[in-house]
Amino acid sequence: MSALTTNYLVPTGREEAWRFTPLKKIAGFHDGTASFIPKISLSLKDQAQGGYTIAAVPASEVIPQSTTDDVVVQRIRDAVKEVTVLTINKDAEIKEAITLLRKAGSGAEVSRTVIRAGAHSHATVIVENSGNAKIAEEIEISLEPGATLTFVSLQEWDNETVHLARHHAIVGKDATFKSVVISIGGSVVRLLPTVEYAGTGASAELSGLYFATDGQHLEHRIHVDHNVTHAKSRVNYKGALAGDSARTVWIGDVFIRAAAEGTDTYELNRNLLLTDGARADSVPNLEIETGEIVGAGHASTTGRFDDEQLFYLMSRGIPADEARRLVIRGFFAEIVSLIKDETIEERLMARIDGELTKVGA
Amino acid sequence: MSTLIIKGLHVGVETESGTKEILKGVDLTVNSGETHAIMGPNGSGKSTLAYAIAGHPKYTITGGSVTLDGADVLEMSVDERAKAGLFLAMQYPVEVPGVSVANFLRTAATAIRGEAPKVRTWIGEVKEAMSGLHMDPAFAERSVNEGFSGGEKKRHEILQLELLKPKIAILDETDSGLDVDALRIVSEGVNRVKSQSDLGVLLITHYTRILRYIKPDFVHVFANGKIVEEGGPDLAEKLEEKGYAEYVTA
Ligand SMILES: Nc1ncnc2c1ncn2[C@@H]1O[C@H](COP(=O)(O)OP(=O)(O)OP(=O)(O)O)[C@@H](O)[C@H]1O
Ligand SMILES: [Mg+2]
Repeated sequence: MSALTTNYLVPTGREEAWRFTPLKKIAGFHDGTASFIPKISLSLKDQAQGGYTIAAVPASEVIPQSTTDDVVVQRIRDAVKEVTVLTINKDAEIKEAITLLRKAGSGAEVSRTVIRAGAHSHATVIVENSGNAKIAEEIEISLEPGATLTFVSLQEWDNETVHLARHHAIVGKDATFKSVVISIGGSVVRLLPTVEYAGTGASAELSGLYFATDGQHLEHRIHVDHNVTHAKSRVNYKGALAGDSARTVWIGDVFIRAAAEGTDTYELNRNLLLTDGARADSVPNLEIETGEIVGAGHASTTGRFDDEQLFYLMSRGIPADEARRLVIRGFFAEIVSLIKDETIEERLMARIDGELTKVGA
Repeated sequence: MSTLIIKGLHVGVETESGTKEILKGVDLTVNSGETHAIMGPNGSGKSTLAYAIAGHPKYTITGGSVTLDGADVLEMSVDERAKAGLFLAMQYPVEVPGVSVANFLRTAATAIRGEAPKVRTWIGEVKEAMSGLHMDPAFAERSVNEGFSGGEKKRHEILQLELLKPKIAILDETDSGLDVDALRIVSEGVNRVKSQSDLGVLLITHYTRILRYIKPDFVHVFANGKIVEEGGPDLAEKLEEKGYAEYVTA
């Protein structure tokens, strides 16, 4: 079942999935008051290398592989005319990351992207989002058996941007999916990193970092559906907030179905409140339908700066402000370093540093 | 030549039912080149003494003084104490995720020395100190203390001691959790610093085995928040044999 073309259920804000989202600020994507501009706004940053192809394909030829009850995604699916399809060849070993740049316009853009990682391929795909935009997008990622794919989505938006997204991975037998989501910019970012499995022995590692300052709403709703045996999932999202009106939401839904024996899952969300007044919601949710599992756990913490760490660094002669900066930088660096690209890491840390300086942290 | 003088030190911690006094008048003088061992039962206040000297914010000084070469240590911020030449190897070193050991050591050395060490000599210095402590160079890229085993944390503390070269070092149970070989390796590290720099050492321990490597000039018995007896190395042997019963009941 794909989109319900006629009868959209317009969220009122009372639904579980929408209760945290500032509907007034999401540019009419949810109720259809926006006039959608179907567009292909992603393009390769560099010349294509061997091992993969990218093409714009008529939407009618790219049937969605997953179902969703998210009304914005349903509207995207109905509105888009062409889909960006990135295909990584079977057995390809691609050393350089495949970087896709987003050049979004100011209209209410909708877009669909499909990434297919061929069997036993190895690749990294980076999506770089920057500038001012209003965009609702869906990226469907499928990993054939034995594939290893690292998917990085960088939200380095300007502060006016509204970005609604679903990034859905279908992880095949013995395949390894790693995702790194970094959300720093944007007025509203509502991102749905979701995972389902298509074969036993599959693994998904979802890492994320968000940093909200005044006026920002950054929402990440993870959903992992353990629907096969012996699959693994790890979720590690960290957030930092500074400023009275900074707002973050993290939802971690993990379902272990009755058939998913041998599941191994752990999810973690840590939030650092850099100032009073900021609000971080963190809702881990584990539903287990079978006891025959390897492990299932979750942890969620939201707190202030750790004085023990500050004391330790200062006891080695490091002045308070520098020690504080080191600890906070370290908090971010743990996730940023997973991208394994020095240029990007430095750019992100420079932006984080700049924002920290602005808020006096 | 440096001197750390602790006089009539009273220290408390804030609890729900008010300030709880832990140190009840500690007097102790440590000179450069001297090694003082402090032994005493669990909960007697040994770590409290160490933390109070280092300036941990959890503790409130309610009386007495601490001076290093005449300068008032209690007036200094935590980093100023380290710059003045004090070092605390902690009983439970703190994990600092996302801050690499290499970055941490270099930042600390820069702060203590007042200028950034020259890159090339610094790398050599760190490598040599690490190999002296039998630490895998891979530790340099790991986050400070994160996921380190108990023994690895203690080696990392002594690595810092070697690189930061303080005047007076307080070693709080650096020997706890070390296997036989690690104990020797860590002790040799401390002795290297002693021989190079006339370091004064305040060594808190429960066991005499570390004292076979790091020979104390003085042994102090710590009980119920103060020093209750002082003696030479033979006092440590006696404590190991007889325990603290006579001091605790007294
Ligand atoms: N926040 C607190 N509230 C109440 N008591 C406290 C608090 N913090 C420390 N104490 C108490 O202070 C006492 C001294 O603790 P300290 O850690 O200095 O002992 P120690 O001599 O180092 O012991 P050990 O040999 O076990 O390391 C202990 O009884 C401890 O429980
Ligand atoms: Mg102790």
